[in-house]
Amino acid sequence: MGKGLKVIEESSSFLEEVRGRSGERVELCYQCMKCTAGCPTAPYMDIKPNQLIRMIQMGRRGEVLGSGAIWFCVYCQTCGTRCPNEIHIGVLMDALREVALEEGVGVKERRIHLFHEAFIRSVRRGGRAHEVTMLMDYVLRSGDWMRDSLGSGLRLFFKGKFPLFPSVVKAREEIRRIFERCGEGE
Amino acid sequence: MRFSYFPGCTDRSSSMEYGLSTEEVFRVLGVELVEVEDWNCCGAAATHSLNRLLSLCLPARIMSKVLLSGLTSLVVPCAGCFSNLKRVEYVLRNEQRDRRVIEEIVGFRYDPSLEILALLDVVVNRVGLERVYERVRRSLKGLRVACYYGCALVRHPKVTRFDDPENPQSMDRLMRVLGAEPVEWSYKVDCCGADLAMTYGSMVRQMVGRIVFMAREAGAQAMVTSCGLCQMNLEMRQQLGLPVFYFTELMGVAFDIGQRERWWGKHLISPRPLLESLGLG
Repeated sequence: MGKGLKVIEESSSFLEEVRGRSGERVELCYQCMKCTAGCPTAPYMDIKPNQLIRMIQMGRRGEVLGSGAIWFCVYCQTCGTRCPNEIHIGVLMDALREVALEEGVGVKERRIHLFHEAFIRSVRRGGRAHEVTMLMDYVLRSGDWMRDSLGSGLRLFFKGKFPLFPSVVKAREEIRRIFERCGEGE
Repeated sequence: MRFSYFPGCTDRSSSMEYGLSTEEVFRVLGVELVEVEDWNCCGAAATHSLNRLLSLCLPARIMSKVLLSGLTSLVVPCAGCFSNLKRVEYVLRNEQRDRRVIEEIVGFRYDPSLEILALLDVVVNRVGLERVYERVRRSLKGLRVACYYGCALVRHPKVTRFDDPENPQSMDRLMRVLGAEPVEWSYKVDCCGADLAMTYGSMVRQMVGRIVFMAREAGAQAMVTSCGLCQMNLEMRQQLGLPVFYFTELMGVAFDIGQRERWWGKHLISPRPLLESLGLG
């Protein structure tokens, strides 16, 4: 079998997979580039949103799942609101991150991933987010001391806006059960 | 008038002045807010970024507690929490298969008569601007503000179904009723990047810098928000010293609520000099 034919086979399966997973009709994109024009984090992405869509259509699986772009999407939904073909790229990005994690593709933006994980662990512990323990968890696992935020973070702490003791849910058993059923058990 | 009320995690921490001012303002308006019993975190951006099912089940548990209380309207102050709850409402109403899975995991029966409303929506469209106007004791005359809606309140429009997604007006109308002058500007729905603030601070400083700069260019003396994450991010990462209010705080000034000194102490950029210069201290 020639190399070209193989590429076509791979491409159709990745497009189908992404469509099935996200429910978004990626094949409708005709590259008007409204998504990238309005995206607040596109300037920092290695692959721009419109390019990412084209690459999904072409079946460039590894590059898409290994990109930093899927981690820089902040789900502000500017793209999805403006897309003339009603492709909700925020939903698409969520689905791409899930596939990347399930398959153990190397996470390009490790800090963003670790921060989100620290947040989820915080909610698993008490049912509510608690900034102080969450940030400590993040710092210890990432080695990132957040120098950009340390000064103002401390000012907020002294203003009493980051309480030391967490506010927690009473029915912790209900929270634990939901986390377990959603594949986020201990 | 009585509403179920979901304060959200930041109401007890980084946006406590939003919670405090909301409670005071609603007391003056004579509207009762009943806190959701044993509420949990909505899951925020982190959860739907990594685990779709969990991001649907956490808000669903909040809804299940509201349904138990017998109330049918849930008010949400934080735009981020509001967006998450609306997203789950949309799925529960439109995706039957997902609905069955969520109901089974959370252990409840969804009732579509439950409505989820943003706090700003309740003030402007349920309580009504006439009733707000009746409570104004001191006009905010001379105060020019840039109303900042951010992303989560108005997008995606088919999910949030609130105001115009490109040029919303609710907060602008409210500010006019209080006597302030909302400026016309183009960045009212641009994202401030709060989700990346802790991991990519320098990048978010650029995003915030552009928004705050444009607010000042348009002639604003302060910005107004309805989201705990936006407010903190806009204050933390700007260099221009432009005060950032919650809309409920400015209602509190106009209603002449005494406790407001306590709110100003929670701000990184003190709004006191600006308010005093206008005789609103």
